[in-house]
Amino acid sequence: MSSASQQLPSDAEAPDEAIDGEEARPWWAALVASQSIWIGLILVGLIIAFSILRPASFVSVANGRNIATDAAVLLVLAVGQTFVIITAGIDLSVGAVLVFSGVLATRGMSAVGGNGWGTILVGLAIALGCGLGWGLINGFLVAKAKIGALIATLGTFGMALGLAQVVTGGVDQSDVPSKLVNTIGNGRLFGEIPWLVVIAFVVALVFGVLLAATRFGRHTFAVGSNEEATRRAGISVDRQLLKVYALAGALSGLAGFLSVARFATTTIAGHATDNLQSITAVVIGGTSLFGGIGSILGSVFGVFIPAVLQNGFVITGVQPFWQQVAVGAVLIAAVYLDQLRRRRRQ
Amino acid sequence: MSEPILEARGIVKSFGRVRALRGASFTVEAGEVVALVGDNGAGKSTLVKTLAGVHQPDAGEIRFAGETVTLESPVAARQLGIEVVYQDLALAAELDPAGNLYLGQEILRSGVLGRLGFIDKPEMRRRADASFADLGVRIQDTGSPVATMSGGQRQGIAVCRAVTWASKVVFMDEPTAALGVVQTRNVLDLIKRVRDRGIAVVLISHNMPEVLEVADRIEVLRLGERVARFTRDQATLEQIIGAMTGAIRHEEETAR
Ligand SMILES: Nc1ncnc2c1ncn2[C@@H]1O[C@H](COP(=O)(O)OP(=O)(O)OP(=O)(O)O)[C@@H](O)[C@H]1O
Ligand SMILES: [Mg+2]
Repeated sequence: MSSASQQLPSDAEAPDEAIDGEEARPWWAALVASQSIWIGLILVGLIIAFSILRPASFVSVANGRNIATDAAVLLVLAVGQTFVIITAGIDLSVGAVLVFSGVLATRGMSAVGGNGWGTILVGLAIALGCGLGWGLINGFLVAKAKIGALIATLGTFGMALGLAQVVTGGVDQSDVPSKLVNTIGNGRLFGEIPWLVVIAFVVALVFGVLLAATRFGRHTFAVGSNEEATRRAGISVDRQLLKVYALAGALSGLAGFLSVARFATTTIAGHATDNLQSITAVVIGGTSLFGGIGSILGSVFGVFIPAVLQNGFVITGVQPFWQQVAVGAVLIAAVYLDQLRRRRRQ
Repeated sequence: MSEPILEARGIVKSFGRVRALRGASFTVEAGEVVALVGDNGAGKSTLVKTLAGVHQPDAGEIRFAGETVTLESPVAARQLGIEVVYQDLALAAELDPAGNLYLGQEILRSGVLGRLGFIDKPEMRRRADASFADLGVRIQDTGSPVATMSGGQRQGIAVCRAVTWASKVVFMDEPTAALGVVQTRNVLDLIKRVRDRGIAVVLISHNMPEVLEVADRIEVLRLGERVARFTRDQATLEQIIGAMTGAIRHEEETAR
């Protein structure tokens, strides 16, 4: 007894030391610990490899522009998907909402008529509104009706795509204002950077900051980390989920608008695997399917790895079908890393 | 004598066919430490959650400072100054300790950024570190997620969070279960300090020496009902155990 009580004072002083000691944690420690930095290195490695193999054709402004333009619409989807997956949810409806929003926006613009910015803004508002509407439906089904995210968004996937086809009879709509196609769709900032790429990166930046630095982002992580604890901390979990799915929906609507601008038509049949592609990108980027972990930066890398592989294989003369094989392997590796990380902690 | 700060009368709560609380009553006065004891499954945690707004009672009355209240959510309880250290700790494992301490009451940055919802991570970290140091919770790396921390550290974080925010009542559901000797000592001392600030502490524990050391009063729950109440001077270990096991019944519940 006496020896125990003699030990108490010295032990009780230890905390101060321990707490002083950890000031030494360097700023880059968090970066190294996160998966996104490693994925970023893999992306850089791929770019270097293809550059060495085909310096003439891979390393050019035109080719970089191609890759980024192809990736831009998917990046917008992946940003919304990142928020959803961090809440431990999933959104399978993104590609269908993209098509639905694009179809209604095109119909709206052609009903208004004309070729001015007013018409284009009407189209944008319709696309965002449609996306937001589907997102709110998803959010309601997940948060209030307690239907699992997988089934809820699989249901709205079918509904949105089906309704888009009902409206159009399955025929692509091509009455798109040429001004939209020539500016946002195929125009370039300073004659160099495609507007699609600029818009996609601005979206990634804005929502990356929202996720990492604000209360909204913090609550998104908390819901995915421990829903019950978040509720007991006085946060409305339902409302947070509703907002996150609404955000993903609105971004899908924006993506639909960008897609119409790029192709000057609605590409109804071209988005059946957008959901899987966006999920793949997000997961490759280090966001955990179990929720609570993730970043937009990682998703940016995750979007560009498949895009660079696709482009590099074509240029190096490898059958481009190998891209799917490689992306599948990277996906599995990413999830395995996440599992290891979680197991190490327990 | 003044009204108890928090009082439960005849609380009934069922989960499907499990009747967790069958008319349980409970009383805590301002500035006292009450131990709530009972066998496993007696309904202690359920009673705490009901008094914290997590569960809604099927029947019964909750009175706060003499007024009947409805605790429709944890926010309602928190607004009355009631905080809880839950038995499962209720921490978000992927957030860091400061993130957990301030979860739901984040400190925002000043100025425009704050109005846009930007949180002040360094300030939260600084204040959290000070609270942990106060309480003697030892955390080597306060920047890592709670998932990487030991059971004792997590318990320390949960205790720290509750006493930081409570102004009237703190419930602690087995707060020392995973703690070492020194940390247990710290928590027991802390309980006394919190009580001395005029805040009521409700301690749930299976450790009778611990209970007899800090509790001013002891209430015993058995099969979802309060079966006995003791002041520390009256209580003996045999009596408490007898009440927990059903050998002795002190209290004839009259008020329903
Ligand atoms: N959410 C729930 N759903 C279903 N049954 C529950 C739930 N919570 C508690 N119960 C049941 O209610 C009864 C009382 O449980 P409670 O956790 O309140 O006991 P306790 O006194 O805290 O026990 P312990 O000392 O083991 O922590 C148990 O039979 C338990 O199975
Ligand atoms: Mg319990």
